[in-house]
Amino acid sequence: MSVVGSFLVFLLFVQGGQTLLGVLGKNEMEKTMIVNSIGRKWEFTFTTLVLFAAGMFASFPLFYATSFGGAYYAWKIFLICFVLQAVSFEYRRKKGNLLGQKTYEGFLYVNGFLGTFLLGAAVATFFTGSSFIRNDYNLSTWQTELYGIEILFNFTNISLGLAILFLARTLGALYLLNNINYDIIRERARKQIIFNALPFLVFFLYFMIRVFLMDGYAVNPDTKVVFMEPYKYLNNYLQMPVALVLFLLGVVLVLYGIGIAIFKRSDKGIWFSGSGTILTVLSIFFILGFNNTSFYPSSSDIQSSLTIENASSSLYTLKAMTYISLFVPVILGYIFFTWRAIDKGKINPEDMNDNSDQHVY
Amino acid sequence: MIDFIDLSLVNWSRGQFAMTAIIHWLFIPLTIGMTYIIAIAQTIHVKTGDPEWEKLAKFWAKLFGINFAIGVGTGIILGLEFGTNWSNYSWISGDIFGAPLAAEGIMAFFLESTFITIMFFGWGKVSKKFHLVSCYLVAFGASLSALWILVANAWMNYPVGMVFNPDTARHEMIDFWAVLLSPFAINKFLHTIASGFAIGSFFIIAISSWFLLKKRNILLAKRSIIIAGTFGLIGSLFVAATGDGSAYNVAQHQPAKLAAMEGLYNGSEGVGLVTIGMLTPGKKVGDDKPDFVFRHEIPKALSFLGFRDFNAFVPGANDLVYGNVEHGILSAEERISKGKLALKALADYKTAVNAGDDIGKNNALAEFRLYEEHMGYGHFADPESILPNIPFIFYSFRLMVGAGFFLIAVAGFLLFMTIKNRIEKNKWFLRLGILAFPVAFVASMAGWIVAEVGRQPWTIQDFLPTMVSVSNINTTAVLLTFWMFLAILIILVIAEVRIMLFAIKKGPEQKKGGSNV
Repeated sequence: MSVVGSFLVFLLFVQGGQTLLGVLGKNEMEKTMIVNSIGRKWEFTFTTLVLFAAGMFASFPLFYATSFGGAYYAWKIFLICFVLQAVSFEYRRKKGNLLGQKTYEGFLYVNGFLGTFLLGAAVATFFTGSSFIRNDYNLSTWQTELYGIEILFNFTNISLGLAILFLARTLGALYLLNNINYDIIRERARKQIIFNALPFLVFFLYFMIRVFLMDGYAVNPDTKVVFMEPYKYLNNYLQMPVALVLFLLGVVLVLYGIGIAIFKRSDKGIWFSGSGTILTVLSIFFILGFNNTSFYPSSSDIQSSLTIENASSSLYTLKAMTYISLFVPVILGYIFFTWRAIDKGKINPEDMNDNSDQHVY
Repeated sequence: MIDFIDLSLVNWSRGQFAMTAIIHWLFIPLTIGMTYIIAIAQTIHVKTGDPEWEKLAKFWAKLFGINFAIGVGTGIILGLEFGTNWSNYSWISGDIFGAPLAAEGIMAFFLESTFITIMFFGWGKVSKKFHLVSCYLVAFGASLSALWILVANAWMNYPVGMVFNPDTARHEMIDFWAVLLSPFAINKFLHTIASGFAIGSFFIIAISSWFLLKKRNILLAKRSIIIAGTFGLIGSLFVAATGDGSAYNVAQHQPAKLAAMEGLYNGSEGVGLVTIGMLTPGKKVGDDKPDFVFRHEIPKALSFLGFRDFNAFVPGANDLVYGNVEHGILSAEERISKGKLALKALADYKTAVNAGDDIGKNNALAEFRLYEEHMGYGHFADPESILPNIPFIFYSFRLMVGAGFFLIAVAGFLLFMTIKNRIEKNKWFLRLGILAFPVAFVASMAGWIVAEVGRQPWTIQDFLPTMVSVSNINTTAVLLTFWMFLAILIILVIAEVRIMLFAIKKGPEQKKGGSNV
């Protein structure tokens, strides 16, 4: 699930690209090029998100039940963001679309801004804790009637939400720089990389420093009792060198991708920053789940906190899921193959004609 | 396990799921059926080089794309609603139910979403063969997706391959293949996928009939009717054939659903199959009113269809509620009291585990295993509440079957008339072609009502009641999100229908100098 989650964060470049629609596209043709560029990738992000949710259901049903059934409003708003996205690419310029082109573009902004921000804030609660209790039968009850809205009252959660939002925008600009063959948009994308990478770094650094200095939710491996341990997450990195190396390598790659796009005017930055994003997020998931750590802590009743051990499916189901996961390399293979086939030619203004022989969003 | 059950929360949660499922199902059968027809048309184009077949494939692919987007959007709501609105169910069944959903994501969604990009954007950009293979992979992906979600749904109707673990208080999978290959799963998949083929075909037949009525796009319309008519006829016949299998499975494992489907209150041997009838209004289990105001039945047919024996005993609603000693059926009251003993033993087991009392733990576990099979019944207070809504299921079932036979006749007739080149001779033939599409939807929706409402009051048949499956949240939260989603989805559905109508009115793209007649 960590791997799927990591890829999901990388693929949020689609959402980031959506938020840049009005900044990078100043006329109808430019906007259409941007929509068609990211529109050919939106289903990868969407499907990865669905897989992440379904995978959590299959692998960690207690997390699925506790978080989705408790942080109810937060997940419902998140859902609406993605429902709106699903129709917007296809309906945006279609005749008879009822709401008009600008509304569907508005939906893409809503998905891009709110979807990424909420996802980041929700992941931050894996460190800061959520307000639930779990009974003897593992049935959980949320302790506030805000049902997840309260996660926005914590600045650490907000900081990761904003970091993910600006990261998605940075990746979106890097992707469009690579995918569109139109100098005006490429120049604007380069500027946006600078404007968004800076706030991303500020919020990301704030979040990581906060996480390194905070007390974390540790689990006694013998008694399974959960307790607060000072500098738990920093200790996890220090005690798990693999995670630390992944983190450092990931951060360097993200910065390198941004750097070559700005200073060397390269359009290959997305591949470095994208890979770096995957490695960094993967390492963050490692310090959340491994080394006797609670990955979904309860701030209401610490012993209700979820760990990999108590939240996971039975061994039999996990084995079955492992066999099913053997398909993943096949999937990655055909995604790579089709991605290359469809991106052989970059997005050009000529392809955006409604009367062309191509399907155009 | 559950201290307080708020029925308004249960009903609004059911309402929210039903609303999103109904809207989702408006689009999914079209996706399932149309992909194959697009792939077949494109195959003929690749084989013959005839550009008219490619134009045909492109036109239907365009409508498919409009439909696909909202199908995807409504699908994610349903998937996550298990967590948001049915969190107790998600925990209690997640060890089994989650796996097919994850398999669907890994095996089917990626296949569909990856190759749909080639299908939409690959015309002229990739080789024709690669494009054609992509069309088939999209079709295959849509069917594979249906397989996994229907496996999960079938398990709710016929829970197999599992054991209840009192330590975790959930059902756990012990046999993946039993879940995947259960007769319910296989039959449900075949029945539903065939209905998707039929509905997708009737959609194409309806639009093609409209083109012919308007005397435009004649070649495209006739060719479409031939492919869709053939596909629709095969699909409809297959739906009927697998319908028998569905009813057989229901008779074997869901007697309350069967009793509701047939309006059967008093069980007996050699029971007839009601072809048409009117239930006595206000009829309740245990009362003296006659079951029907009128009915026509085929003698002994229900016994034969349900048990492959003309003289087999078929239990009725009264037998299931009040018991039938002669046929070894426990009354609901007995099952409820045994279920309460199972729940108490489970609570005692938990208490003993927390206290470190090994003897108490073993005693409680032994007691629990004695009554375990009745545990789900322990949550009920009223014996009569173990039945689904009988009139609703009875009439829905007849609507489904009646509409199904009508569709077989229409598909066969229109196909024959098109092959004989007489389809345009009478406008009523074409109007019939248009009418068949909404009728196909009515049949399909009625089928889902029989399957899902007929399973009530259970989410997992005989193991987990619906009222225990909901999330522990307040009704206001569910109400608020119900209306929010209803408003958004209605707006999007109206937009979808309008876009579709505009695209149909515009028709296929005409190349300069080209003709479609």
